[in-house]
Amino acid sequence: MSTTSTKLSVSDLDASYGDHQVLHSIDMDIPAKEVTALIGPSGCGKSTYLRCLNRMHELTTAATVNGTVQLDGADIYHDDIDPVLLRRHIGMVFQKPAPFPTWSIADNVLAGLKLTGGVPDNADEIVEKALKGAALWEEVKDKLDKPGTSLSGGQQQRLCIARAITVEPDVLLMDEPCSAIDPVATARVENLIHELGENYTIVVVTHNMQQAARISDKTAFLMMGELVEFDETSKLFSNPSKQETEDYITGKFG
Amino acid sequence: MMNKDQRIGGRIAEWGFRIVCLAAVIIPLLVLATLIVDVAIDGAQRLSWEFISSYPSRIPEQAGVLPALVGSLFVIALTGLLAIPIGVAAAVYLNEYGKNSWVANIIEINIANLAGVPSVVYGLLGLGLFVRFAGMGRSVLAAGCTLALLILPIVIMASREALRSVPGSLREASYGLGATKWETIRQVVLPMALPGILTGTILSISRAIGETAPLIVVGAVAYMTFLPDGLDSSFSVLPIQIYDWTTRPQPEFLINAAAGIVVLLSVMLLLNAAAILLRNKYQKRMY
Ligand SMILES: Nc1ncnc2c1ncn2[C@@H]1O[C@H](COP(=O)(O)OP(=O)(O)OP(=O)(O)O)[C@@H](O)[C@H]1O
Ligand SMILES: [Mg+2]
Repeated sequence: MSTTSTKLSVSDLDASYGDHQVLHSIDMDIPAKEVTALIGPSGCGKSTYLRCLNRMHELTTAATVNGTVQLDGADIYHDDIDPVLLRRHIGMVFQKPAPFPTWSIADNVLAGLKLTGGVPDNADEIVEKALKGAALWEEVKDKLDKPGTSLSGGQQQRLCIARAITVEPDVLLMDEPCSAIDPVATARVENLIHELGENYTIVVVTHNMQQAARISDKTAFLMMGELVEFDETSKLFSNPSKQETEDYITGKFG
Repeated sequence: MMNKDQRIGGRIAEWGFRIVCLAAVIIPLLVLATLIVDVAIDGAQRLSWEFISSYPSRIPEQAGVLPALVGSLFVIALTGLLAIPIGVAAAVYLNEYGKNSWVANIIEINIANLAGVPSVVYGLLGLGLFVRFAGMGRSVLAAGCTLALLILPIVIMASREALRSVPGSLREASYGLGATKWETIRQVVLPMALPGILTGTILSISRAIGETAPLIVVGAVAYMTFLPDGLDSSFSVLPIQIYDWTTRPQPEFLINAAAGIVVLLSVMLLLNAAAILLRNKYQKRMY
């Protein structure tokens, strides 16, 4: 069952690095409690777009954003909004996993809670639940006190997923969460995304068309910083309305 | 094609380069080793527990380094207590808060210049600022403040370098989890930069131990008959004690000087060893 309410409403969004404009007036209504997939050729601005949704973009030197992004109707770029608090509601899994090297695996999972003040008494339960959710529990349950960086690249990626879901954000932005993991773990992460999609709003960037088709309710196709098409996933993949979209999903370019 | 002969010229050049590099390592080490062995042989005849635990005396055989050793440790402890927190805080400001602002850039350029100022100039500054203006007199405190100023630029630059080496992706990961800048710096950035900061600061402190010129200006005394007993106490330090002995007419005092040098070098080596141990301890936690 899916609701039709809009969680994030993006309108006329531009984003630049210095004088290099990367996003050109994006309009998009991201539905609540659904999974939205973001596809497009490398360098088209998918990561940049995600970073505009939780105000990470402005942390880059000389990066600028124009336009509005509304979370439940409130403009997140308004002066009254504290980006730090906003990011507790809109979590992010980065394209490149970056576990904290001086922290143990368990502490990495709890990082969001530790950093912002409080770890509750049932920390062990939280760690286990998050790691199971990220399909990593079996591999690390006997070495939770080892450093987070002692894991393989794919394991680190799942550790970062666990870390992001621990803080239970309303919206979860995932930048290629399965790029470095094997098919078995990918299937489990996809399951997780599906499950999370029941209660959370998820935006996931992927280069894998089948994956986008499997996990998402709606799909957006970006090219050269412009939103080419945004539609129901089933519609976009079976009967795209734009020629570029069709060329891209049938592998004619990109 | 892949003819071996074509590469022979390159190989000879590489071997030549290797030998030059090796010589660049070995020659200074040999010179240093000769100096140390020479001093150690001279000093050995005087080096004893008695030498370490005695006060200066007009009779070379009875003179010792106790007040100078205690003075050195006292001054250096103060130097560290003052320079490390201030230096690390300044580096955090420069690297985390003032990034790319013109104020930070100007400060940075000036810090680099300050690191190159001769140490005697810091002595004069200390004399004017701490001894006279602040009314500290020729005290342990004035000496600690002066040496802290002296090593501050080095502490700042070393800490800055350590902070700079923390990948930006970790800061982003922390912000992405809803942490504030301060939470990120305290829990993610500083712990990772710690080994680098420790190494840099301890090395600069062991450099400060050997400083003589600024402390002569600030007013260290060479003939202390008591131990420094407070921040306002007068004091001696090892390099000044050693220097004083080398200026005496009796040749026996030169032996004392050699023994004093061995004590000074030992203190430095201990500090450097501590730096390496600490660094390894914290680095192990990471990989
Ligand atoms: N920090 C930065 N500074 C300057 N330009 C940047 C920066 N990050 C990205 N860009 C530029 O912005 C454009 C979009 O980059 P972005 O990372 O958003 O692409 P992407 O769609 O996520 O690509 P990929 O699929 O390869 O991850 C690229 O042209 C890139 O060169
Ligand atoms: Mg990307």
